[in-house]
Amino acid sequence: MTTRVGIVEVAQSVGSESKDNLYEEIYKISKEVLDKAGLSIRDVDTAVSASSDIFTGISCANAYYWDSTAAFLKNGSRQDGESLFSFYYAAMRIMTGHYNTALVVGICRGSEHPETDSLTTLFGDPFSQRPLGLCETVVAAFQMRLYMERYGITEEQCAKVAVKNLGNALRNPYAHRKRRYTVEDILNSQRIADPLTAKQCAPKSDGIVAVLLASEEKTKRLTKKPVWFKGFGCSMDTFSIGDKDLLGGSLRDAASRAYKKADISDPKKEIDLAEVCEPYAFQELLWCEHLGLCDEGEGGKLIDSGRTQIDGDIPVNPSGGVLANNPYISRGLQRLVEVVLQLKGQAGERQVENKMKTAIAHGTTGFAGHCHAVAILGV
Amino acid sequence: MSKKEYKTFDFELSLPYRLAYGPTWTRFFEGLQEEKIFGTKCHQCNRVLVPARSFCPQCFVDIDDWVQVSNEGTLVTWALISFEFYNQPKKPPYAAGLIKLDGADVSMFHLVDGFDMNDLDKVKETLPIGRRVKAVWSEEKKGHILDIKYFQPI
Repeated sequence: MTTRVGIVEVAQSVGSESKDNLYEEIYKISKEVLDKAGLSIRDVDTAVSASSDIFTGISCANAYYWDSTAAFLKNGSRQDGESLFSFYYAAMRIMTGHYNTALVVGICRGSEHPETDSLTTLFGDPFSQRPLGLCETVVAAFQMRLYMERYGITEEQCAKVAVKNLGNALRNPYAHRKRRYTVEDILNSQRIADPLTAKQCAPKSDGIVAVLLASEEKTKRLTKKPVWFKGFGCSMDTFSIGDKDLLGGSLRDAASRAYKKADISDPKKEIDLAEVCEPYAFQELLWCEHLGLCDEGEGGKLIDSGRTQIDGDIPVNPSGGVLANNPYISRGLQRLVEVVLQLKGQAGERQVENKMKTAIAHGTTGFAGHCHAVAILGV
Repeated sequence: MSKKEYKTFDFELSLPYRLAYGPTWTRFFEGLQEEKIFGTKCHQCNRVLVPARSFCPQCFVDIDDWVQVSNEGTLVTWALISFEFYNQPKKPPYAAGLIKLDGADVSMFHLVDGFDMNDLDKVKETLPIGRRVKAVWSEEKKGHILDIKYFQPI
Protein backbone atom coordinates (compact mmCIF):
# COMPACT_ATOMS: atom_id res chain seq x y z
CA MET A 1 0.00 0.00 0.00
CA THR A 2 2.75 2.48 0.72
CA THR A 3 4.81 3.97 -2.01
CA ARG A 4 6.91 7.12 -2.12
CA VAL A 5 5.21 9.99 -3.91
CA GLY A 6 7.24 12.40 -5.99
CA ILE A 7 6.49 15.86 -7.32
CA VAL A 8 7.50 15.81 -10.96
CA GLU A 9 6.69 19.29 -12.29
CA VAL A 10 4.76 22.43 -11.37
CA ALA A 11 3.19 25.34 -13.25
CA GLN A 12 1.37 28.52 -12.19
CA SER A 13 -0.33 31.57 -13.65
CA VAL A 14 0.65 35.12 -12.80
CA GLY A 15 -1.20 36.73 -9.90
CA SER A 16 -2.41 39.80 -11.75
CA GLU A 17 -5.71 39.61 -13.63
CA SER A 18 -6.02 37.42 -16.68
CA LYS A 19 -8.11 38.32 -19.70
CA ASP A 20 -8.54 34.64 -20.51
CA ASN A 21 -11.72 32.74 -19.80
CA LEU A 22 -11.24 30.57 -16.70
CA TYR A 23 -12.08 27.35 -18.59
CA GLU A 24 -9.27 28.10 -21.06
CA GLU A 25 -6.70 29.32 -18.58
CA ILE A 26 -6.99 26.16 -16.45
CA TYR A 27 -6.36 24.15 -19.63
CA LYS A 28 -3.26 26.23 -20.44
CA ILE A 29 -1.68 25.74 -17.00
CA SER A 30 -2.60 22.03 -16.87
CA LYS A 31 -1.17 21.58 -20.36
CA GLU A 32 2.00 23.43 -19.35
CA VAL A 33 2.72 21.06 -16.47
CA LEU A 34 2.11 18.01 -18.68
CA ASP A 35 4.34 19.43 -21.44
CA LYS A 36 7.12 19.98 -18.90
CA ALA A 37 6.91 16.29 -17.95
CA GLY A 38 6.55 15.16 -21.55
CA LEU A 39 3.14 13.59 -20.90
CA SER A 40 -0.20 13.58 -22.72
CA ILE A 41 -3.75 13.29 -21.36
CA ARG A 42 -3.47 9.48 -21.66
CA ASP A 43 -0.71 9.49 -19.04
CA VAL A 44 -2.84 11.25 -16.40
CA ASP A 45 -4.24 8.50 -14.19
CA THR A 46 -6.30 10.71 -11.89
CA ALA A 47 -6.98 14.42 -11.30
CA VAL A 48 -7.78 16.27 -8.08
CA SER A 49 -8.63 19.96 -8.03
CA ALA A 50 -9.39 22.62 -5.44
CA SER A 51 -11.77 25.51 -5.94
CA SER A 52 -14.75 27.05 -4.21
CA ASP A 53 -18.14 27.59 -5.79
CA ILE A 54 -18.75 30.81 -3.91
CA PHE A 55 -15.43 32.21 -5.16
CA THR A 56 -15.95 30.94 -8.71
CA GLY A 57 -19.53 32.13 -9.08
CA ILE A 58 -20.44 28.79 -10.69
CA SER A 59 -21.94 25.94 -8.70
CA CYS A 60 -20.27 22.52 -8.99
CA ALA A 61 -17.49 24.53 -10.61
CA ASN A 62 -15.44 21.36 -11.04
CA ALA A 63 -18.01 20.08 -13.56
CA TYR A 64 -17.41 23.28 -15.56
CA TYR A 65 -13.63 23.03 -15.62
CA TRP A 66 -13.28 19.19 -15.43
CA ASP A 67 -12.17 18.95 -19.07
CA SER A 68 -9.61 21.70 -18.50
CA THR A 69 -7.74 19.61 -15.91
CA ALA A 70 -7.15 16.62 -18.24
CA ALA A 71 -9.83 14.73 -16.30
CA PHE A 72 -12.17 13.87 -19.19
CA LEU A 73 -13.89 10.54 -18.26
CA LYS A 74 -11.28 9.90 -15.53
CA ASN A 75 -11.61 9.04 -11.86
CA GLY A 76 -11.04 12.38 -10.21
CA SER A 77 -12.14 14.39 -7.23
CA ARG A 78 -12.40 17.94 -5.99
CA GLN A 79 -11.79 19.78 -2.73
CA ASP A 80 -13.95 22.84 -2.00
CA GLY A 81 -11.60 25.00 0.04
CA GLU A 82 -7.89 25.19 0.88
CA SER A 83 -5.94 23.68 -2.00
CA LEU A 84 -3.13 22.07 0.00
CA PHE A 85 -5.68 19.40 0.94
CA SER A 86 -6.10 18.51 -2.74
CA PHE A 87 -2.33 17.86 -2.92
CA TYR A 88 -2.64 15.40 -0.04
CA TYR A 89 -5.70 13.69 -1.51
CA ALA A 90 -3.84 13.20 -4.78
CA ALA A 91 -0.75 11.86 -2.95
CA MET A 92 -2.99 9.39 -1.11
CA ARG A 93 -4.46 8.20 -4.41
CA ILE A 94 -0.96 7.33 -5.59
CA MET A 95 -0.18 5.66 -2.26
CA THR A 96 -3.07 3.25 -2.84
CA GLY A 97 -1.11 1.82 -5.74
CA HIS A 98 -4.06 2.29 -8.09
CA TYR A 99 -2.61 5.32 -9.85
CA ASN A 100 0.88 6.14 -11.10
CA THR A 101 0.28 9.80 -11.86
CA ALA A 102 -2.01 12.48 -10.48
CA LEU A 103 -2.61 16.04 -11.65
CA VAL A 104 -3.47 18.53 -8.89
CA VAL A 105 -4.92 21.92 -9.87
CA GLY A 106 -5.75 24.82 -7.55
CA ILE A 107 -8.14 27.41 -8.95
CA CYS A 108 -9.05 30.94 -7.90
CA ARG A 109 -9.66 34.22 -9.70
CA GLY A 110 -9.43 37.23 -7.43
CA SER A 111 -10.08 39.52 -10.41
CA GLU A 112 -13.47 37.84 -10.92
CA HIS A 113 -14.79 37.26 -7.40
CA PRO A 114 -16.26 39.91 -5.04
CA GLU A 115 -14.13 41.56 -2.31
CA THR A 116 -12.61 38.74 -0.26
CA ASP A 117 -14.36 39.74 2.97
CA SER A 118 -17.73 39.91 1.21
CA LEU A 119 -17.16 36.16 0.76
CA THR A 120 -15.49 35.35 4.10
CA THR A 121 -18.48 36.88 5.91
CA LEU A 122 -20.48 34.04 4.37
CA PHE A 123 -18.27 31.57 6.30
CA GLY A 124 -20.12 32.78 9.41
CA ASP A 125 -23.41 31.32 10.59
CA PRO A 126 -26.45 33.44 9.64
CA PHE A 127 -27.85 33.40 13.21
CA SER A 128 -25.19 34.95 15.44
CA GLN A 129 -22.24 35.91 13.23
CA ARG A 130 -23.24 37.27 9.82
CA PRO A 131 -25.68 39.89 11.13
CA LEU A 132 -22.73 41.34 13.12
CA GLY A 133 -20.35 41.38 10.15
CA LEU A 134 -17.94 38.66 11.20
CA CYS A 135 -15.34 38.28 8.45
CA GLU A 136 -11.72 37.20 8.10
CA THR A 137 -10.12 40.65 8.33
CA VAL A 138 -12.09 41.60 11.45
CA VAL A 139 -11.07 38.41 13.27
CA ALA A 140 -7.47 38.85 12.06
CA ALA A 141 -7.49 42.32 13.67
CA PHE A 142 -8.76 40.74 16.92
CA GLN A 143 -5.95 38.20 16.72
CA MET A 144 -3.27 40.81 16.00
CA ARG A 145 -4.31 42.97 18.97
CA LEU A 146 -4.16 39.94 21.28
CA TYR A 147 -0.80 38.86 19.85
CA MET A 148 0.76 42.28 20.47
CA GLU A 149 -0.79 42.53 23.94
CA ARG A 150 0.20 39.07 25.17
CA TYR A 151 3.75 38.86 23.84
CA GLY A 152 4.77 42.50 23.43
CA ILE A 153 5.06 42.15 19.65
CA THR A 154 5.17 45.63 18.08
CA GLU A 155 3.33 47.03 15.07
CA GLU A 156 6.77 47.72 13.56
CA GLN A 157 7.72 44.05 13.81
CA CYS A 158 4.47 43.07 12.08
CA ALA A 159 5.06 45.68 9.36
CA LYS A 160 8.56 44.30 8.75
CA VAL A 161 6.96 41.11 7.43
CA ALA A 162 5.16 43.12 4.73
CA VAL A 163 8.40 44.99 3.89
CA LYS A 164 10.27 41.68 3.54
CA ASN A 165 7.62 39.83 1.55
CA LEU A 166 6.62 42.61 -0.85
CA GLY A 167 10.35 43.19 -1.40
CA ASN A 168 10.96 39.49 -2.09
CA ALA A 169 8.10 39.60 -4.59
CA LEU A 170 10.10 42.02 -6.77
CA ARG A 171 12.08 38.98 -7.88
CA ASN A 172 9.00 36.79 -8.45
CA PRO A 173 7.50 37.18 -11.94
CA TYR A 174 4.28 35.44 -10.77
CA ALA A 175 3.63 37.85 -7.86
CA HIS A 176 0.71 40.27 -8.03
CA ARG A 177 1.79 43.00 -5.58
CA LYS A 178 5.46 43.93 -5.24
CA ARG A 179 7.40 46.99 -4.18
CA ARG A 180 10.22 48.19 -1.97
CA TYR A 181 8.41 49.69 1.05
CA THR A 182 9.58 51.07 4.38
CA VAL A 183 8.05 50.13 7.73
CA GLU A 184 6.53 53.65 7.78
CA ASP A 185 4.87 53.11 4.37
CA ILE A 186 3.23 49.96 5.71
CA LEU A 187 2.10 51.52 8.99
CA ASN A 188 0.89 54.75 7.37
CA SER A 189 -1.35 52.98 4.86
CA GLN A 190 -5.08 53.15 5.65
CA ARG A 191 -6.07 51.65 9.02
CA ILE A 192 -8.77 49.42 7.61
CA ALA A 193 -9.34 47.43 10.80
CA ASP A 194 -7.15 48.84 13.54
CA PRO A 195 -4.57 47.53 14.38
CA LEU A 196 -4.37 46.25 10.77
CA THR A 197 -3.36 48.65 8.02
CA ALA A 198 -4.18 48.05 4.34
CA LYS A 199 -0.64 47.09 3.31
CA GLN A 200 -0.52 44.42 6.02
CA CYS A 201 -3.48 42.68 4.36
CA ALA A 202 -3.23 40.51 1.25
CA PRO A 203 -4.72 41.65 -2.07
CA LYS A 204 -7.09 39.42 -4.04
CA SER A 205 -5.20 37.76 -6.86
CA ASP A 206 -5.56 35.29 -9.66
CA GLY A 207 -3.91 31.90 -9.28
CA ILE A 208 -4.23 28.77 -11.36
CA VAL A 209 -1.67 26.37 -9.94
CA ALA A 210 -0.86 22.87 -11.24
CA VAL A 211 1.28 20.13 -9.73
CA LEU A 212 2.06 16.74 -11.27
CA LEU A 213 2.60 13.89 -8.81
CA ALA A 214 3.80 10.39 -9.58
CA SER A 215 4.77 7.14 -7.92
CA GLU A 216 8.45 6.74 -7.01
CA GLU A 217 9.38 4.72 -10.04
CA LYS A 218 7.48 6.95 -12.44
CA THR A 219 8.90 10.11 -10.82
CA LYS A 220 12.46 8.89 -11.34
CA ARG A 221 11.71 8.25 -15.00
CA LEU A 222 10.06 11.63 -15.56
CA THR A 223 12.45 14.04 -13.82
CA LYS A 224 16.10 14.33 -12.95
CA LYS A 225 15.22 16.61 -10.03
CA PRO A 226 12.55 14.87 -8.03
CA VAL A 227 11.10 16.43 -4.90
CA TRP A 228 9.55 13.96 -2.46
CA PHE A 229 6.44 14.10 -0.35
CA LYS A 230 7.56 13.61 3.28
CA GLY A 231 4.59 14.39 5.47
CA PHE A 232 1.27 16.13 5.85
CA GLY A 233 -0.86 17.26 8.77
CA CYS A 234 -4.03 19.25 9.09
CA SER A 235 -6.38 20.46 11.77
CA MET A 236 -9.65 22.34 12.02
CA ASP A 237 -10.55 24.35 15.09
CA THR A 238 -13.99 24.77 16.68
CA PHE A 239 -16.47 26.89 14.74
CA SER A 240 -17.36 29.39 17.49
CA ILE A 241 -14.59 31.98 17.50
CA GLY A 242 -15.43 32.91 21.11
CA ASP A 243 -14.74 29.34 22.26
CA LYS A 244 -11.06 29.36 21.35
CA ASP A 245 -7.91 31.22 22.25
CA LEU A 246 -7.19 33.11 19.03
CA LEU A 247 -3.47 32.62 19.70
CA GLY A 248 -3.79 28.93 20.56
CA GLY A 249 -5.09 27.52 17.36
CA SER A 250 -4.77 24.30 15.55
CA LEU A 251 -1.59 24.91 13.55
CA ARG A 252 0.57 23.34 16.27
CA ASP A 253 -1.47 20.15 15.90
CA ALA A 254 -1.30 20.21 12.11
CA ALA A 255 2.48 20.80 12.22
CA SER A 256 3.22 18.10 14.78
CA ARG A 257 1.22 15.57 12.73
CA ALA A 258 3.20 16.50 9.61
CA TYR A 259 6.56 16.40 11.47
CA LYS A 260 5.76 13.00 12.90
CA LYS A 261 5.06 11.57 9.45
CA ALA A 262 8.24 13.18 8.08
CA ASP A 263 10.26 11.94 11.06
CA ILE A 264 11.30 15.47 12.02
CA SER A 265 12.05 15.94 15.72
CA ASP A 266 13.61 19.41 15.71
CA PRO A 267 12.03 21.69 13.09
CA LYS A 268 14.28 24.60 14.12
CA LYS A 269 17.28 22.63 12.85
CA GLU A 270 15.73 20.43 10.20
CA ILE A 271 13.55 22.86 8.21
CA ASP A 272 15.56 24.77 5.61
CA LEU A 273 12.80 26.93 4.11
CA ALA A 274 9.14 27.72 4.75
CA GLU A 275 6.42 29.10 2.51
CA VAL A 276 3.84 30.26 5.02
CA CYS A 277 0.29 31.42 4.27
CA GLU A 278 0.13 34.96 5.76
CA PRO A 279 -2.89 36.89 4.47
CA TYR A 280 -2.13 39.31 7.32
CA ALA A 281 1.50 40.30 7.97
CA PHE A 282 1.61 39.46 11.70
CA GLN A 283 0.35 35.94 10.96
CA GLU A 284 3.72 35.01 9.46
CA LEU A 285 5.26 35.58 12.90
CA LEU A 286 2.52 33.72 14.76
CA TRP A 287 2.51 30.81 12.31
CA CYS A 288 6.33 30.53 12.52
CA GLU A 289 5.90 30.08 16.28
CA HIS A 290 3.19 27.46 15.82
CA LEU A 291 5.26 25.67 13.18
CA GLY A 292 8.04 25.42 15.76
CA LEU A 293 10.49 27.55 13.75
CA CYS A 294 10.94 29.74 16.84
CA ASP A 295 9.73 29.64 20.43
CA GLU A 296 6.35 30.89 21.66
CA GLY A 297 6.19 34.70 21.70
CA GLU A 298 9.48 34.99 19.79
CA GLY A 299 7.99 35.79 16.35
CA GLY A 300 8.96 39.46 16.69
CA LYS A 301 12.56 38.58 17.50
CA LEU A 302 12.60 36.17 14.57
CA ILE A 303 11.82 38.91 12.02
CA ASP A 304 14.21 41.33 13.79
CA SER A 305 17.03 38.79 13.56
CA GLY A 306 16.96 38.75 9.76
CA ARG A 307 17.02 34.96 9.78
CA THR A 308 13.81 34.73 7.70
CA GLN A 309 15.16 37.01 4.96
CA ILE A 310 15.89 35.37 1.60
CA ASP A 311 19.59 35.25 2.54
CA GLY A 312 18.95 34.17 6.14
CA ASP A 313 19.38 30.68 7.53
CA ILE A 314 15.62 29.93 7.51
CA PRO A 315 14.12 31.92 4.62
CA VAL A 316 10.35 32.41 4.98
CA ASN A 317 8.28 33.33 1.92
CA PRO A 318 11.03 34.00 -0.62
CA SER A 319 8.17 34.13 -3.18
CA GLY A 320 6.65 37.14 -1.41
CA GLY A 321 4.04 34.96 0.24
CA VAL A 322 0.33 35.59 0.28
CA LEU A 323 0.83 39.31 0.95
CA ALA A 324 2.19 39.48 -2.59
CA ASN A 325 -0.13 36.93 -4.18
CA ASN A 326 -3.47 35.89 -2.76
CA PRO A 327 -5.56 33.58 -4.88
CA TYR A 328 -7.64 32.66 -1.83
CA ILE A 329 -8.33 29.01 -2.63
CA SER A 330 -5.14 28.12 -4.50
CA ARG A 331 -2.74 30.02 -2.20
CA GLY A 332 -1.78 26.92 -0.17
CA LEU A 333 -0.91 24.92 -3.28
CA GLN A 334 0.96 27.97 -4.57
CA ARG A 335 3.14 27.85 -1.42
CA LEU A 336 3.92 24.23 -2.31
CA VAL A 337 4.78 25.19 -5.90
CA GLU A 338 7.32 27.70 -4.59
CA VAL A 339 8.84 25.12 -2.25
CA VAL A 340 9.18 22.67 -5.17
CA LEU A 341 10.86 25.32 -7.36
CA GLN A 342 13.23 26.26 -4.53
CA LEU A 343 14.16 22.62 -3.79
CA LYS A 344 14.68 21.92 -7.50
CA GLY A 345 16.89 25.02 -7.79
CA GLN A 346 14.51 26.50 -10.38
CA ALA A 347 13.32 29.62 -8.55
CA GLY A 348 15.16 32.04 -10.85
CA GLU A 349 16.20 35.39 -9.39
CA ARG A 350 14.63 34.56 -6.03
CA GLN A 351 16.48 31.25 -5.64
CA VAL A 352 17.63 30.73 -2.07
CA GLU A 353 21.36 29.99 -2.09
CA ASN A 354 21.51 27.83 1.06
CA LYS A 355 21.85 24.10 0.59
CA MET A 356 18.33 22.83 1.30
CA LYS A 357 17.03 19.38 2.12
CA THR A 358 13.62 19.82 3.77
CA ALA A 359 10.98 22.55 3.45
CA ILE A 360 7.44 23.37 4.56
CA ALA A 361 4.40 24.55 2.62
CA HIS A 362 1.52 25.87 4.72
CA GLY A 363 -2.04 26.77 3.85
CA THR A 364 -4.82 28.27 5.92
CA THR A 365 -8.36 29.53 5.45
CA GLY A 366 -11.05 30.95 7.68
CA PHE A 367 -11.20 33.06 10.81
CA ALA A 368 -7.83 33.51 12.56
CA GLY A 369 -6.47 30.26 11.13
CA HIS A 370 -9.61 28.18 11.50
CA CYS A 371 -8.23 25.48 9.23
CA HIS A 372 -4.57 24.66 8.66
CA ALA A 373 -2.69 22.31 6.36
CA VAL A 374 1.06 21.63 6.48
CA ALA A 375 2.99 19.72 3.82
CA ILE A 376 6.63 18.74 4.16
CA LEU A 377 8.72 18.13 1.07
CA GLY A 378 12.29 17.04 0.70
CA VAL A 379 15.04 16.17 -1.77
CA MET B 1 -16.11 45.97 -8.81
CA SER B 2 -13.92 47.99 -11.13
CA LYS B 3 -14.68 48.03 -14.84
CA LYS B 4 -12.24 46.09 -17.06
CA GLU B 5 -10.90 47.09 -20.45
CA TYR B 6 -11.72 43.60 -21.75
CA LYS B 7 -15.17 42.02 -22.23
CA THR B 8 -16.68 40.66 -19.00
CA PHE B 9 -19.98 39.07 -17.95
CA ASP B 10 -21.21 40.83 -14.79
CA PHE B 11 -23.91 39.34 -12.58
CA GLU B 12 -25.26 39.24 -9.04
CA LEU B 13 -26.95 36.35 -7.24
CA SER B 14 -29.72 36.70 -4.68
CA LEU B 15 -31.46 33.51 -3.60
CA PRO B 16 -33.85 32.77 -0.72
CA TYR B 17 -32.82 30.34 2.04
CA ARG B 18 -34.69 29.36 5.21
CA LEU B 19 -32.58 27.90 8.04
CA ALA B 20 -34.10 26.36 11.20
CA TYR B 21 -32.86 27.76 14.51
CA GLY B 22 -33.57 24.45 16.27
CA PRO B 23 -34.85 24.18 19.85
CA THR B 24 -31.61 25.25 21.61
CA TRP B 25 -31.03 28.41 19.63
CA THR B 26 -34.75 29.19 19.58
CA ARG B 27 -34.57 29.28 23.38
CA PHE B 28 -31.32 31.29 23.36
CA PHE B 29 -32.67 33.93 20.97
CA GLU B 30 -36.05 34.09 22.75
CA GLY B 31 -34.03 34.75 25.90
CA LEU B 32 -32.54 37.84 24.24
CA GLN B 33 -36.07 39.09 23.68
CA GLU B 34 -36.48 39.05 27.48
CA GLU B 35 -33.06 40.73 27.96
CA LYS B 36 -31.59 37.47 29.26
CA ILE B 37 -28.40 35.83 27.93
CA PHE B 38 -28.38 32.05 28.27
CA GLY B 39 -25.59 29.53 28.15
CA THR B 40 -25.49 25.81 28.71
CA LYS B 41 -23.04 24.06 31.03
CA CYS B 42 -21.19 20.90 30.04
CA HIS B 43 -21.21 18.41 32.93
CA GLN B 44 -17.93 16.90 31.72
CA CYS B 45 -15.61 19.91 31.22
CA ASN B 46 -17.76 22.24 33.39
CA ARG B 47 -17.56 25.04 30.81
CA VAL B 48 -20.53 27.37 30.38
CA LEU B 49 -20.91 27.92 26.63
CA VAL B 50 -22.53 31.09 25.26
CA PRO B 51 -24.48 31.19 22.99
CA ALA B 52 -26.11 28.03 24.42
CA ARG B 53 -25.31 24.73 22.71
CA SER B 54 -27.11 21.37 22.71
CA PHE B 55 -23.80 19.48 22.86
CA CYS B 56 -20.23 20.22 23.93
CA PRO B 57 -17.96 20.32 20.86
CA GLN B 58 -14.93 19.24 22.91
CA CYS B 59 -16.46 16.45 25.04
CA PHE B 60 -19.05 15.43 22.44
CA VAL B 61 -21.78 14.84 25.01
CA ASP B 62 -25.34 16.23 25.29
CA ILE B 63 -25.70 19.35 27.43
CA ASP B 64 -29.00 20.75 28.65
CA ASP B 65 -28.03 22.45 31.92
CA TRP B 66 -29.25 26.00 31.21
CA VAL B 67 -27.52 28.91 32.95
CA GLN B 68 -28.33 32.61 32.72
CA VAL B 69 -25.08 34.56 32.48
CA SER B 70 -24.54 38.24 33.27
CA ASN B 71 -25.27 41.08 30.84
CA GLU B 72 -21.86 42.43 31.82
CA GLY B 73 -18.41 41.14 31.08
CA THR B 74 -14.87 42.00 29.97
CA LEU B 75 -13.48 42.86 26.57
CA VAL B 76 -11.09 40.15 25.34
CA THR B 77 -10.04 41.87 22.09
CA TRP B 78 -11.49 44.30 19.55
CA ALA B 79 -11.03 46.02 16.18
CA LEU B 80 -12.06 49.38 14.77
CA ILE B 81 -13.50 48.59 11.34
CA SER B 82 -13.03 51.28 8.71
CA PHE B 83 -13.48 49.36 5.45
CA GLU B 84 -16.58 48.25 3.60
CA PHE B 85 -17.80 44.76 2.71
CA TYR B 86 -21.07 43.10 1.79
CA ASN B 87 -23.82 42.89 4.41
CA GLN B 88 -22.12 44.97 7.10
CA PRO B 89 -24.14 45.66 10.25
CA LYS B 90 -23.55 49.42 9.93
CA LYS B 91 -21.59 52.04 8.08
CA PRO B 92 -17.91 52.18 9.12
CA PRO B 93 -16.24 53.24 11.29
CA TYR B 94 -17.58 50.95 14.00
CA ALA B 95 -16.04 48.63 16.57
CA ALA B 96 -16.55 44.93 17.24
CA GLY B 97 -14.98 42.65 19.79
CA LEU B 98 -15.02 39.44 21.78
CA ILE B 99 -16.74 39.79 25.15
CA LYS B 100 -16.39 37.30 27.99
CA LEU B 101 -19.59 37.63 30.01
CA ASP B 102 -19.47 37.04 33.77
CA GLY B 103 -20.48 33.45 34.37
CA ALA B 104 -19.43 32.26 30.91
CA ASP B 105 -16.25 30.34 30.05
CA VAL B 106 -16.16 31.43 26.42
CA SER B 107 -16.51 34.80 24.67
CA MET B 108 -19.21 36.23 22.50
CA PHE B 109 -18.69 38.16 19.26
CA HIS B 110 -20.60 41.44 19.14
CA LEU B 111 -20.47 45.15 18.37
CA VAL B 112 -18.90 47.58 20.83
CA ASP B 113 -20.39 51.07 20.77
CA GLY B 114 -21.70 53.97 22.83
CA PHE B 115 -18.53 56.09 22.80
CA ASP B 116 -16.78 58.52 20.47
CA MET B 117 -15.00 56.71 17.64
CA ASN B 118 -13.59 59.66 15.71
CA ASP B 119 -10.18 59.71 17.36
CA LEU B 120 -8.29 56.41 17.29
CA ASP B 121 -6.05 57.31 20.23
CA LYS B 122 -9.12 58.06 22.37
CA VAL B 123 -10.74 54.79 21.24
CA LYS B 124 -7.60 52.93 22.36
CA GLU B 125 -7.77 54.69 25.73
CA THR B 126 -11.45 53.78 26.05
CA LEU B 127 -10.96 50.13 25.12
CA PRO B 128 -8.00 48.60 26.94
CA ILE B 129 -8.14 44.80 26.85
CA GLY B 130 -10.02 43.75 29.97
CA ARG B 131 -12.32 46.81 29.85
CA ARG B 132 -15.68 46.16 31.55
CA VAL B 133 -18.65 46.34 29.18
CA LYS B 134 -22.41 45.81 29.43
CA ALA B 135 -25.16 44.89 26.99
CA VAL B 136 -27.30 47.73 25.65
CA TRP B 137 -30.65 46.37 24.45
CA SER B 138 -32.56 47.35 21.33
CA GLU B 139 -35.95 48.90 21.99
CA GLU B 140 -37.69 46.61 19.55
CA LYS B 141 -36.70 42.96 20.05
CA LYS B 142 -37.23 40.16 17.57
CA GLY B 143 -35.47 37.16 19.09
CA HIS B 144 -32.42 38.12 16.98
CA ILE B 145 -28.71 38.60 17.78
CA LEU B 146 -29.20 42.36 17.33
CA ASP B 147 -31.68 42.42 20.23
CA ILE B 148 -28.41 43.22 21.97
CA LYS B 149 -27.79 46.54 20.22
CA TYR B 150 -24.13 46.53 21.28
CA PHE B 151 -21.88 46.31 24.31
CA GLN B 152 -20.94 49.59 25.92
CA PRO B 153 -17.92 50.36 28.12
CA ILE B 154 -18.88 50.93 31.78
